[in-house]
Amino acid sequence: MALLQIAEPGESAAPHQHKLAVGIDLGTTNSLVATVRSSLSVVLTDELGRPLLPSVVRYTAGGAPEVGFAAQEQQSVDPRNTIVSVKRFMGRGIEDIAHRESLPYEFETSPGMVRLHTAAGVKSPVEVSADILRTLRLRAEAALGGQLVGAVITVPAYFDDAQRQATKDAAKLAGLSVLRLLNEPTAAAVAYGLDNAAEGVYAVYDLGGGTFDISILNLSKGVFEVLSTGGDSALGGDDFDQRIFCWIIEAAKLKPLSIEDSRLLLTRAREAKEYLTFHGVAPVTARLNSGEVVDLKLTTEIFTEISQTLVAKTIQPVKKALRDAGLSVSEVKGVVMVGGATRMPQVQRAVGEFFKQDPLNNLDPDKVVALGAAMQANLLAGNRAAGDDWLLLDVIPLSLGLEMMGGLVEKVIPRNSTIPAARAQEFTTFRDGQTALAVHIVQGEREIVTDCRSLARFELRGIPPMVAGAARIRVTFQVDADGLLAVSAREESTGVEASVTVKPSYGLSDDEIAGMLKDSMAHTRDDAQRRALKEAQVEAQRLIEAVQSALKTDGELLSPVQLTKVETAIANLQATAIGENRRHITLAMDDLEAETKEFAAQRMNKSIHNAFAGKRIEELEEVAGSAKGKEGCA
Amino acid sequence: MNFSDDHFALFELPHAFRLDLGALDLRYREIQAKVHPDKFAHAGDAERRLSLQWATRVNEAYQTLKKPLPRAKYLLHLAGQDVGAENNTAMPMDFLIEQMEWREAVAEARAAGNHHELEHLHHRLKHDISERFEELAALFDAPQDHVQATDRVRRLMFLDKLLFEIDDAIAAIDE
Repeated sequence: MALLQIAEPGESAAPHQHKLAVGIDLGTTNSLVATVRSSLSVVLTDELGRPLLPSVVRYTAGGAPEVGFAAQEQQSVDPRNTIVSVKRFMGRGIEDIAHRESLPYEFETSPGMVRLHTAAGVKSPVEVSADILRTLRLRAEAALGGQLVGAVITVPAYFDDAQRQATKDAAKLAGLSVLRLLNEPTAAAVAYGLDNAAEGVYAVYDLGGGTFDISILNLSKGVFEVLSTGGDSALGGDDFDQRIFCWIIEAAKLKPLSIEDSRLLLTRAREAKEYLTFHGVAPVTARLNSGEVVDLKLTTEIFTEISQTLVAKTIQPVKKALRDAGLSVSEVKGVVMVGGATRMPQVQRAVGEFFKQDPLNNLDPDKVVALGAAMQANLLAGNRAAGDDWLLLDVIPLSLGLEMMGGLVEKVIPRNSTIPAARAQEFTTFRDGQTALAVHIVQGEREIVTDCRSLARFELRGIPPMVAGAARIRVTFQVDADGLLAVSAREESTGVEASVTVKPSYGLSDDEIAGMLKDSMAHTRDDAQRRALKEAQVEAQRLIEAVQSALKTDGELLSPVQLTKVETAIANLQATAIGENRRHITLAMDDLEAETKEFAAQRMNKSIHNAFAGKRIEELEEVAGSAKGKEGCA
Repeated sequence: MNFSDDHFALFELPHAFRLDLGALDLRYREIQAKVHPDKFAHAGDAERRLSLQWATRVNEAYQTLKKPLPRAKYLLHLAGQDVGAENNTAMPMDFLIEQMEWREAVAEARAAGNHHELEHLHHRLKHDISERFEELAALFDAPQDHVQATDRVRRLMFLDKLLFEIDDAIAAIDE
């Protein structure tokens, strides 16, 4: 009966040993960190018991950045150095920033991702986000009393590759080990689905501070399958504030405003929006620096009217997502509302009317994403037993394509493909003796390159000189479970591996990140060296546990000689990890990885065999026989 | 079952066009539950890489078998028949004329912003396609006729593209 035993490669050696993992909702307006404690997902609060951390960072000359409420209080006093809604800048160029003329920041004009001049020097959105994430990491470490194994960071489902990569870079900069980038609506679906034991087709309507997502999911027996997703990565509660802001200026007939007054009025606009959730009329009063006094009343009717086009803008992606999923409104069992902006009555009404049912509001729209992310982090860290887990099948939101002759786009991986996904594409040379080939990768649905988002350009070099059309260069696009793209290439007829250096259009290079990492260490209270050593030790321990667990379940796959080699590598790593030399620990880990590479492949094969053997667990006798038979076929 | 097995063998399903989709879904999920990167998030690099390769492979196989057109193309590919890309020169004239009429109707409705007409064309085409799939399925039953099947698949590739264009037109009007 040994054949019936289902091996779980992901299972930890010591299930009782709870690993510290968190879920982080890095929001446009507010951010949160949550964890699973005694099998309950909880949001971790600050020292004053506040769950939300305003996503606001203020830079001062020479000092450490202020993050959260303290920074938020200073935003109309020091708007230039107080960065709000930085999420809108992630992976974006200056030309992408809406209303940038009314923003108080001094943008750098360099190409690529936008950068901001602050009192503490030029900052990339990645660094600003990292300061927010670092604050949350420290909060979590203080609350949980130890170093984190890793974190799940949520991103809008509609984030493209550049925006995802920027988020992952920010986490790295903040000293977080990223277990997974998780789509916000999917995180919400996990929290909702598990809490309510929901089964069937659900829509998650997620209107946050700066981004809008719609995801259609099928929930069935522990599998969360995203059928389609859509959205607008530059549409959110902020835009409603902006509409009120413009209305105030017009209604009060204000002269051109200073940046301080603009900030103040934007804050008043947000307050009025929130007030209207529970009241019919919101007072808008402000004394401006210019001496002018604003004293207005905003009614629900006016607000609904001035924001009508914004609400309508969310319904288009909903229609498209349903069409992509091949479903009609009547097939949707429930609509889960996520994001603070869904509190607006006109949004609730529009969603209800479109789906012909009352939206589901039984989870706190501000917290549900972080709670779901924490559940997933707990799962990914290996804290849940096999059989007590679930499976997430997510998709890429936008098609990945290549620039072809004439500026047209050839789609390589279509939108809503389940990830991980890969596609290989063959290219050839068009000139005799051509040794290099330029490739331009774009993301988007349009047919013309300039209408899509440029992700990266790279050159394939080292193609052996041949006559035109003879070379066959196979370029492989791999999208991983974080939704991030990697590219590799080789020339098929000679087997020459072409080198690929991807130059991200709106991203940071590895060197830039290394530089930022150095800078950030100089400014934080963390002892960088100690922290890096500690991280390596945690990593080493994790690897040892994983291998020991594998040996326990599948040790018989190894020959005595192989087994001895693996055990020696474990012992070596154990001995090194007690020491203080980080480099030695890394080398010992590499050795153990190398010794277990083949073992891992064998275990994977065995595990897949067992996927079928386990299924027929009821058909006892026959199973043993047929499983044996299959062993021979493999 | 090996990494290099064909898509049907991967899911332990018979090489057939009429496929038990329930079994396919079930087996897809069973394998993905074993190999998905989420099961290896805390494992070593080697295992994480393998998991990525396997999960990608399983997704590709599932996507190919789930929908009838890619499934038919794949079966013909296994049988050594080259379906190729849709290519006007290979198609009979009456089929091409019919295609032109369809396209004109779509273009007209699109230009007029006639949502209702596009929906109507969508349903008519859907119906036509499903009938053709029935016909195709029979060609895959014993005695199999791969030459005829290849011809039918080529036609269906045209219709599939047409359906996509209609949906695209509907989306354009919506926006």
